Amino acid sequence: MKYLNEYRNIEATKRFLQNIEESVTRPWNIMEICGGQTHSLVKNGILDLLPQHVRMIHGPGCPVCVTPLHLIDKAIELLENNVIVCSFGDMVRVPGSKKSLLEAKADGGDLRILYSPIEAVTIAKNNPNKEVVFFAVGFETTAPANALSVLHAQKQGLKNYSILVSHVLVPPAMEAILDDEFCNVDAFLAAGHVCTIMGYEAYYGLAEKYKIPIVVTGFEPVDLVEGIYMAVKQLEKGTHIVENQYSRAVKEEGNVAAKAVINEIFEIGNREWRGIGEIPNSGYVLTKPFRDFDAEYRFGIQNIKVAENSECIASDILKGIKKPNQCKQFGVTCNPSNPLGAPMVSSEGACAAYYHFSNHLIN
Amino acid sequence: MDKRQLGFDRINLGHGSGGIMTRELLDEIIFKTFDNPYLGQKHDGSIVEIEGKMAISTDSFVVSPIFFKGGNIGELAVNGTVNDVAMCGAIPKFLSLAFIVEEGLKADEFVEIVNSVKAATDRCGVKVITGDTKVVERGKGDKIFINTTGFGEVHPKAKISAERIEIGDKIIVSGNIAQHGMAIMSQREGLEFQSSIESDTTNLNFLIENLLNNFGHKIKLFRDPTRGGLASTLSEIASDTDSGIVIHENKLPLEKQVAAACEILGLDPLYVANEGVFVAIVKEDIASQVVELLSKDVKGSNAICVGEITDNHKGKVVMQSAIGGKRIVTPLIGEHLPRIC
Repeated sequence: MKYLNEYRNIEATKRFLQNIEESVTRPWNIMEICGGQTHSLVKNGILDLLPQHVRMIHGPGCPVCVTPLHLIDKAIELLENNVIVCSFGDMVRVPGSKKSLLEAKADGGDLRILYSPIEAVTIAKNNPNKEVVFFAVGFETTAPANALSVLHAQKQGLKNYSILVSHVLVPPAMEAILDDEFCNVDAFLAAGHVCTIMGYEAYYGLAEKYKIPIVVTGFEPVDLVEGIYMAVKQLEKGTHIVENQYSRAVKEEGNVAAKAVINEIFEIGNREWRGIGEIPNSGYVLTKPFRDFDAEYRFGIQNIKVAENSECIASDILKGIKKPNQCKQFGVTCNPSNPLGAPMVSSEGACAAYYHFSNHLIN
Repeated sequence: MDKRQLGFDRINLGHGSGGIMTRELLDEIIFKTFDNPYLGQKHDGSIVEIEGKMAISTDSFVVSPIFFKGGNIGELAVNGTVNDVAMCGAIPKFLSLAFIVEEGLKADEFVEIVNSVKAATDRCGVKVITGDTKVVERGKGDKIFINTTGFGEVHPKAKISAERIEIGDKIIVSGNIAQHGMAIMSQREGLEFQSSIESDTTNLNFLIENLLNNFGHKIKLFRDPTRGGLASTLSEIASDTDSGIVIHENKLPLEKQVAAACEILGLDPLYVANEGVFVAIVKEDIASQVVELLSKDVKGSNAICVGEITDNHKGKVVMQSAIGGKRIVTPLIGEHLPRIC
């Protein structure tokens, strides 16, 4: 596959690994923000190929993992009230306070697993007597398509379509991590896909304020080792600028058209992050003119609140303070078929990635 | 049979009542299609002769959509069970065939499925010797479910047993993986994408028989990596036999379009279902001959040795990644779902 095979090339990977080995002189902690990057690091066995001095910390960039428990309960409440709920695949297995969406489906709920939110609009059109809700989860990456679904529904005059919004933003989360008293992150690999939409202008201020190198990085093995090499070079030199490893997909200003679609229906507001808590101005909420499309208002379910499982250390995992295998419950009471918290559910979650692939289990 | 000869358009509850309408359905469709002396007895069951040890396997088929690129549920129900019997080192001979039909299924569709079952049994060289048809109310099924049970004679040279696996044995995959699962996925509501990926459903019994004729006891195990894909099958073998398995990512046979579809949906081809592929674990000294023999058959043209049994990491499968790293391959947990981004 063009644009993939050349970034899975063993020679190129080895060359960057060699470069890292030669330039690193002391221990550095580098956080990859995105769950897709964590997945790729572990799946390709890259963590074990890095020199000991380079320690990767897995960031909070798994949309499924940071979606608060009460939103899952809200989606289940809708399912139990005869609403057709549409969702991306990996959201449906995440346990809510009582059950998951998949279990609510088994109890008779009409849950549809979709690949594109536009499909949900078609379902609304074909079921005029039913309410249809799309569970709009994700970072900046999925926001344009979710926004577009609302604009499509509006254009078609559909009165039975709305979205349950759980959109979060990367830069405020990075700032929350850097402000944490236990933060040990020396450099960031910024999430390539998020930057494809948003660009990377927002990171200049962060790099300057916290004196921290930020490298926009892709997801294939060669991307990751090159991104790590760029971060290590900066750390060794003592610079703290924003660099773009993923230039084949990311422009400084991002995707202007996609950003315009986001801004048409969303504004920035406070958001709760599962495992982290509320972060000011860290997500999208629908603007007033689009309130009819907001499932929380439409069905009056804003006030559903639930507490997290107290044995789950998702907060420390998502901030990179602890590794999944440092959790007492990891692989004991918590595993992918019986997850205590979200990082064990999604394949992008750090705990699940460790559970599925990790080499510390090999021998 | 010819679809136009039927006196009804849709299957209804009456066709499962056991009365005259059931008889009409059986006479018009089933008995006309599967005209053989066993069914000709029209008894509660059939009496058959079988030599030596017998291998039996049963499977239920609930695939949706029932018609997909490269086949339909009828053909799948035959190939799936015939292949399971063959994986025991047996030559499939007979098949039972039970339908659970949701009322309202178009008679034409039912006939098309029955005709596919017939064509598939002819290709496999098996006879349908007993069967059943039930009809359930609308909403209590999903158009049609099929259960088949296969009976086969164990090949005289076969000694198929996971317990015989030893360090050094080679793991051979007979063809491209993930074809069937991606063909079905491409037609599911909400996931439709345009592709020419076709299901690889096919019968593998003659290929298996040929291998047993040529290599006999040197073949230790056959497995059919259907649901859960290659990863789940290999994980089961490793854990059941407490053997270590190493596979090499760059050896996995994967067609370009299937690989691309998996990338788009965020699915790992190792976990996607196969239908026309088997795994053989064989003694090291015959591995290249097995691959060569398989390669001569169109159903085995992409056969390749993907790994081996090792004395490391007992009970686990480890994959050497294409870039020189390692990872554990675990069995599939729950349904394999596309990722958000």
